[in-house]
Amino acid sequence: MIDTIAPAAAPVTRKAARPPRGGGPGRSVPFFVVPFGVLFLLFYLLPIGYAIVQSLYVVRRTGTFGPATEVFGGLTQYRQVFADGPFWQSVLRVFAFGVVQVPIMLGLALVLALLLDSGLVTGKRFFRLAFFVPYAIPGVVAAIMWGFLYSPSLSPLKPVTSAVDLLSADLVLWSMANVVTWVYVGYNMLIIYSALLAIPAEVYEAARLDGAGQFRIAWSIKIPLVMPALVLTTVFSIIGTLQLLAEPQVFRSFSSAVTSTYTPNLTVYSTSSIPNFHLAAAFSVVLALTTFVLSFAFLRVTQRRGAL
Amino acid sequence: MRENLLSRTAAMLVMAVCTVYFLVPVWWLFVGATKSSEQFTGTGALWFADFRLFDNIGDLLAYRDGVFLRWMANSLAYTCGAALLGTLLAAMCGYALAKYRFRGREVLFNVVLSGVLVPATALALPLFLMFSKIDATNTFWAVFLPSLVNPFGVYLARVYASSSVPDELLEAARIDGSGEVRTFFKVSTKLMFPALVTIFLFHFVAVWNNFLLPLIMLSNERLFPVTLGLFTWNTQVNQLPQLRGLVIVGSLLSITPLVVAFLLLQRFWRSGLGAGAVK
Repeated sequence: MIDTIAPAAAPVTRKAARPPRGGGPGRSVPFFVVPFGVLFLLFYLLPIGYAIVQSLYVVRRTGTFGPATEVFGGLTQYRQVFADGPFWQSVLRVFAFGVVQVPIMLGLALVLALLLDSGLVTGKRFFRLAFFVPYAIPGVVAAIMWGFLYSPSLSPLKPVTSAVDLLSADLVLWSMANVVTWVYVGYNMLIIYSALLAIPAEVYEAARLDGAGQFRIAWSIKIPLVMPALVLTTVFSIIGTLQLLAEPQVFRSFSSAVTSTYTPNLTVYSTSSIPNFHLAAAFSVVLALTTFVLSFAFLRVTQRRGAL
Repeated sequence: MRENLLSRTAAMLVMAVCTVYFLVPVWWLFVGATKSSEQFTGTGALWFADFRLFDNIGDLLAYRDGVFLRWMANSLAYTCGAALLGTLLAAMCGYALAKYRFRGREVLFNVVLSGVLVPATALALPLFLMFSKIDATNTFWAVFLPSLVNPFGVYLARVYASSSVPDELLEAARIDGSGEVRTFFKVSTKLMFPALVTIFLFHFVAVWNNFLLPLIMLSNERLFPVTLGLFTWNTQVNQLPQLRGLVIVGSLLSITPLVVAFLLLQRFWRSGLGAGAVK
């Protein structure tokens, strides 16, 4: 549920109101915490645990037509996950996707936010809204729209699509990268822009007196100050990239180059519809773990470098 | 001043190019939705031929006993319900984390925060297996209940509560004899309102966009959200070409509620986003 939510927020360091007292305000804490806590436990923590348990089982049959029984198989499924060539290919594919697409998307978002904040642009309100519109379009619908736009026979981009096949095996990954970029630039721009608005005007004064131009102020003052917002948007983009599903799933109707194991999540889905739930659960666990480790590592590295 | 004019022009040029990039696909969808299927392929894709939008919408709504309307209603039920309730729950939890000190507070906060880093799609399959244990897959609740949980909303609510609800005010309410729960609903939620709208909108978008969970969970098409419905039609376009027009009009209708909601509520989410960025 959280893959697309990310207004920039600085970590909270303020102390809580007061220490607990027998019959004091602390008494009502359960009322506030328990409803969310129960749902979080049931629909977040329990599934993770359940996936891990399921991934440790294998289905055994006696003979070809014998009844299937589930027996504990230890790490059998994981051995299969690590031996699965297509799965790791799909992991590498989304890595390549992320390494190229995330910097382009966030770079563009940063440039647009800085331009909006620079005072060089008239009609800020309009641009802010116009760039944000794609974010309101669900990934599935965005992918359908662009799929049509890429199709040579229908596209208003005919001069381009008749010369280059944007849905070919070589290019389709980058055509999808364009869809994701199109949807999320405005959203990331707004987060960075809000962080820029929060910088007090006095900060710029000294720089102006020293004769620093717009460009210099943006580079040396604004970008360092919005680093926390950039870190946060990067983490959410990393998570989003590893989860790629709607776009490739839709593009399977437009391009035969997109296979049923094109991204890790597609592999999970097609493995579970075989159905081989235990193996799919193992894929899910490995994918969740990879995502968690990567985003956590990114947070740690940037924090150590003093960016947060 | 000449340099200023130059950079102003360059900045406006960048903005103009980006506007074209972001809005032309939407414009194309709108124009496409107004055409008959012959005109869709036969006329210029970015300008109108005969304006048949309302006939096309009529065809869409009539198709298979109005299954599309049913999908839209489902999407609204899943998203409005989950986002409203989910925002309230996240706000309550985040508020408590910010305003009370209690045992296990740090543990709870850290666990919820780690939840932010767990991809929601990794949960879809185990959720399916859990719901199938109790024979509850392919029901409204199988999609609705997991959609209520929004750990990032809790994190945001905590940030917003500590920045916008002063402790002194809570203290004053206590002295006036107002209970904690009453204070939360009467005082704190009002102060947190822009933030709550922001959490609500982002939760709304996340659920509206959610694809893997309904894809795995639902096989009865009467329960589909609109995204899943459009997806299944789109996969059949090669066999049933008349579906293409329906997919186009349906896509247009499906994005309208969200675009309208964002336009109407922009005053709130803009200030809410800002509040989140302030330390």
